[in-house]
Amino acid sequence: MDPHLWLKRKGRISPYEVAFWPIVLVLPFWLFPTYLSLSSQIAITALFCISLDLILGYAGIISLGHAAFFGIGAYAAGLLSAHGWGEPLSGLAFAAVVAAFAGWIVSFMIVRVQHLALLMITLGLGFLLVELANSLGSFTGGADGLQGIDTWKLLGVWKFSFWGKTAYAYSLAVLFILFLVCRRIVRSPFGLTLEAIRENPDRTTALGAPNRAHLQKIFTLSAGIAGIAGALLAQTTETVSLESLGFQRSAEIAIMLILGGTGRLYGAILGAIIFMVARDQLAGMNPQYWYFWIGLLLMIVVLFMPRGILGGLERLAAFGRRR
Amino acid sequence: MAEPLLELRDVSAGYGEAVVLEEISLNIMDGAGLALLGRNGVGKSTLIQTIMGFTHLVKGTVHWRGQDITRLKPYQRARAGIGWIPQERDIFPSLSVEENLGVVARPGLWDRAKVFGLFPRLEERRANMGNQLSGGEQQMLAIARTLMTNPSLLLLDEPLEGLAPIVVEELGRAIADMTKQGGMTLVMVEQHAEVALRMTDTAVIIERGRIAHRGRSSELIRDQATLDRFIGLNIGT
Repeated sequence: MDPHLWLKRKGRISPYEVAFWPIVLVLPFWLFPTYLSLSSQIAITALFCISLDLILGYAGIISLGHAAFFGIGAYAAGLLSAHGWGEPLSGLAFAAVVAAFAGWIVSFMIVRVQHLALLMITLGLGFLLVELANSLGSFTGGADGLQGIDTWKLLGVWKFSFWGKTAYAYSLAVLFILFLVCRRIVRSPFGLTLEAIRENPDRTTALGAPNRAHLQKIFTLSAGIAGIAGALLAQTTETVSLESLGFQRSAEIAIMLILGGTGRLYGAILGAIIFMVARDQLAGMNPQYWYFWIGLLLMIVVLFMPRGILGGLERLAAFGRRR
Repeated sequence: MAEPLLELRDVSAGYGEAVVLEEISLNIMDGAGLALLGRNGVGKSTLIQTIMGFTHLVKGTVHWRGQDITRLKPYQRARAGIGWIPQERDIFPSLSVEENLGVVARPGLWDRAKVFGLFPRLEERRANMGNQLSGGEQQMLAIARTLMTNPSLLLLDEPLEGLAPIVVEELGRAIADMTKQGGMTLVMVEQHAEVALRMTDTAVIIERGRIAHRGRSSELIRDQATLDRFIGLNIGT
């Protein structure tokens, strides 16, 4: 008998999830039909945040340089398009392969270090790539950003318009498909083993788990997904800048994940929505000091909801059920 | 003569530069039980960790079903069929009992229904997190979790340490049931020497990293002089 049959049963889609996705899909079209560019940015950021959740929330790999793979994906898709191939889906696939390959190479270092060394290596990777992209200005556009990106019609039918309907539908469809893939992975025996590695790597080794191979696999997958998110941004905005690789993006994505709640996937989506909407609204009110409010929110969440907003809501629901 | 399940040939091992075990040779036959006895700090747990591949092997070889596994990594040894329940229990604290049992579970005789049959208390607490269990329940979970990997050899490192007498009795019974049901080979390190000797066929006493005595458990349990000399134990018979 399959010893993981219970895990398959546990992984069935809940009614809350069935309700969540149509709401996310329809609500922006209905509520903000003229504001879809923000919605597509949220979908892309949520996908990037999910990629970080795979390594940080599930496998316990702390990274301060995950934007490196986002940027690699963005530049890969952007360069492909700027050199004459603007077909979006194959561009995504190309970006995924390039970013995943970069992730696989980096994973050999990642699995050998922990804690502070891990932070420094991931941070250093981000700085290194920013400087590399900057110094290869003739190729990447340097500080001016990559020029000449032209994204073709999606499936040869839907044009990427100023109003952003195609961009939103495209970003959301990619987010949804990759979310399902990630959900399947984290609720598999492999995902469960990753959580166990996060808790106690020596014990999982003693139980027969090849820790390093598992961590390399999830890191490579995560880099590939981050690359796809970067490619989506490049294709939907038709620009790629050095900022896509930078530390600020890596730090922001970590903040979003901590706000929403790590190790849940939905926490990544919630964190991205809260952060992006808050940034949009707060920056509108006070363009210079909006980070003050984000910082305050982060401190409140970490102090009172250490498992993030979603974790806090889960605890509240559990408390309600007990009463 | 039948091939031993596990064989250590002239093994010296330790941590870094420090050699803890010296020239250890022993055989464990399939389905047999071996008690590893000795005072604190003589190298019993180091021997278990050496079998698992977690120590620095200075010399000697380790064989599993006749194959040299000296160079195999710990996870490869576990996959070959060696299960280790450490002294520290090492429960995954933020995984539920059910999830703890599912980590690296492999198909075989032992499945969830069977381990819940052995430890009914775990079934009652299946939804609880690892860090919400008592010491005795954590030990049950540590044993059950290793059983779910369906090992041929079980290395038990002080499974009864620090537990209340009533839990010691319950766990001792469960370990005896488990070895009977699964026809499992057992290596047991235990301060409660009389419990270990009653559950095993042979016994080895370790003194300063070397084997000081070996013999049948049934004979050693009556050999008060040897027990007193090497482990300072007085078993009232």
